[in-house]
Amino acid sequence: MLRVCEYRDHAERVADRTTDRWTPPSMAIGATPPPSWKPVEGGGLVAGALNWIANWIADLGEKVVEAVVALGNLAIFSFSTFGWLFTRRPHAGTLLPNFYQIGVLSLPVVALTGVFIGMVLAVQSYAQFRMLGMETRLGAVINMSLVRELGPVLAATMLAGRVGSAMAAELGTMRVTEQIDALASMGANPIHYLVVPRFLACLVLIPALTTMADFMGVVGGAFYSIGLLDIDTHHYWENSRHFVGVFDVFNGLFKSLFFGATIAIIGCHRGFTCDPGAEGVGKAATSAFVLSFVMILFLDLILGIALEEVYLWLWPHAPSLV
Amino acid sequence: MSLYSAQLDDSGQPLVQVRGLHVQFGRQAVLREINVEVSRGETVAVIGESGCGKTVLLKTIIGLVRPTKGSVSFEGRDLASLSPRDLAETRTRFGFVFQQAALFDSMTIGQNVAFPLRQHRDYSNDEIQRIVLTRLAEVGLPESIVAKKPAELSGGMRKRVGLARALAIDPELILYDEPTTGLDPIMSDVINELILNTRRHHPVAGIVVTHDMRTAQKVADRIVMLYPLARLKKGESQVIYNGPPAEIERAADPRVTQFVRGEARERLMELRQQNGSLAWTTE
Repeated sequence: MLRVCEYRDHAERVADRTTDRWTPPSMAIGATPPPSWKPVEGGGLVAGALNWIANWIADLGEKVVEAVVALGNLAIFSFSTFGWLFTRRPHAGTLLPNFYQIGVLSLPVVALTGVFIGMVLAVQSYAQFRMLGMETRLGAVINMSLVRELGPVLAATMLAGRVGSAMAAELGTMRVTEQIDALASMGANPIHYLVVPRFLACLVLIPALTTMADFMGVVGGAFYSIGLLDIDTHHYWENSRHFVGVFDVFNGLFKSLFFGATIAIIGCHRGFTCDPGAEGVGKAATSAFVLSFVMILFLDLILGIALEEVYLWLWPHAPSLV
Repeated sequence: MSLYSAQLDDSGQPLVQVRGLHVQFGRQAVLREINVEVSRGETVAVIGESGCGKTVLLKTIIGLVRPTKGSVSFEGRDLASLSPRDLAETRTRFGFVFQQAALFDSMTIGQNVAFPLRQHRDYSNDEIQRIVLTRLAEVGLPESIVAKKPAELSGGMRKRVGLARALAIDPELILYDEPTTGLDPIMSDVINELILNTRRHHPVAGIVVTHDMRTAQKVADRIVMLYPLARLKKGESQVIYNGPPAEIERAADPRVTQFVRGEARERLMELRQQNGSLAWTTE
């Protein structure tokens, strides 16, 4: 199975490169389209529209097949990553630079995001809570939204932007310049050598980065609420302590693991299946970010529902904010 | 007539045997019914115009592309039947020289050449260093280059580093993908000489994919010419020449002599017709 994936990726790519596809003259830039396409009069326009719809329906099957193939490829890619994860330990030489790149270098930007999100939450909710005379409850609201949602999701988003697209671009360039083929030709498995260290780094470090985002968010929120809005310190923290439980923190960190894995798999897969040329690499980087961002939001919803169920199952009568 | 006679091993088995090979990507067939053998110590040049499937053939031989039908055997063992581990092991007996060298640009030249050694051999650092310097010296590169990054080198130098890297673990078969493409005539000849020199010092077989006739004539014991599938008639073999370099100029097939002499002939007419003589003004 491992090999199938490798071969298929190669096959598609080589096909792209080796086919000197001949564009018929009618399709060449600047050439006039064949008369049947020209919406000359009413009848032609209707016929053209019908034609377009017919083509769209005719192409639908192919698009579905393409989507299924792409999904299958991604699944095989993930499986072989997991396979290599457990069969052979990656070299420290490939692991450490990735840990540094993904973890250490992401810290400042994740911390910065955290601080600002904490302060923004305070700014946005203060007015409404003040109307109810419940300013001290800000501690609960800010810190709860931080550790459950905004910390993990925004840390993951920053990571997808900073690391996911960089992975896609780097591996894509390696693909285009045949460096991945070179690895394979020298008896090194590209998935083991390139993907596993990145995957591990993302998986292991994203809880740490999320913790950083949470912490800085708490600091930012407290600074704005207590320092600038003059909310009572004792009650602010007392409310936080009362409402935000261990499960909420766990909830956020648990979700972040899935986000990290998604970012790494999508980033690496985009790179591995990169189209030739500078345009291909650019597209791989962009689509890596867009796709992982969408997946982060989707997973956040699914995991949010699932974890809420677990929570209610564990503590059926527990008081809940919701 | 070749300088180096091909030798078979004791069993008389060829080193590489390609049998009934078909390769297809999606709906597009690239190779059809290819049968090629390479004996130990023999160098075969695969020639043909761009897009005829030369590189795909090379990548199928090393197992980077999976055959749609047919098989590639190395010492009688079908590559498709090997486990990933055995395939990786078998690949250590191949050296692949890539068209653009494909050096890892995050590593220095020294690390690049040392890469296959570190992957597969348990040598000490001193030993690896010694081998790296020897290999680099063999391709005519100075010691000072070791600490440089690939981006700092010229195209010709990168190709030579690629060759040094392919030679690092003493392969039995070296695959060259367009070794002289994009180089000036002098550097092309340097590469040709290096390929010949490699054969003198190591008992290797070689497959050289090229469309440079000078390279094919100079380094090969045998030339195999492929023809693009799209231009073939039904039932015709895709291999339109398989024989010694000396006789290729006198080949019976006009398509072979056309390629060897580099004449466009009817292709020009075809292009004119396809473009409705827009870009091709007739004289």
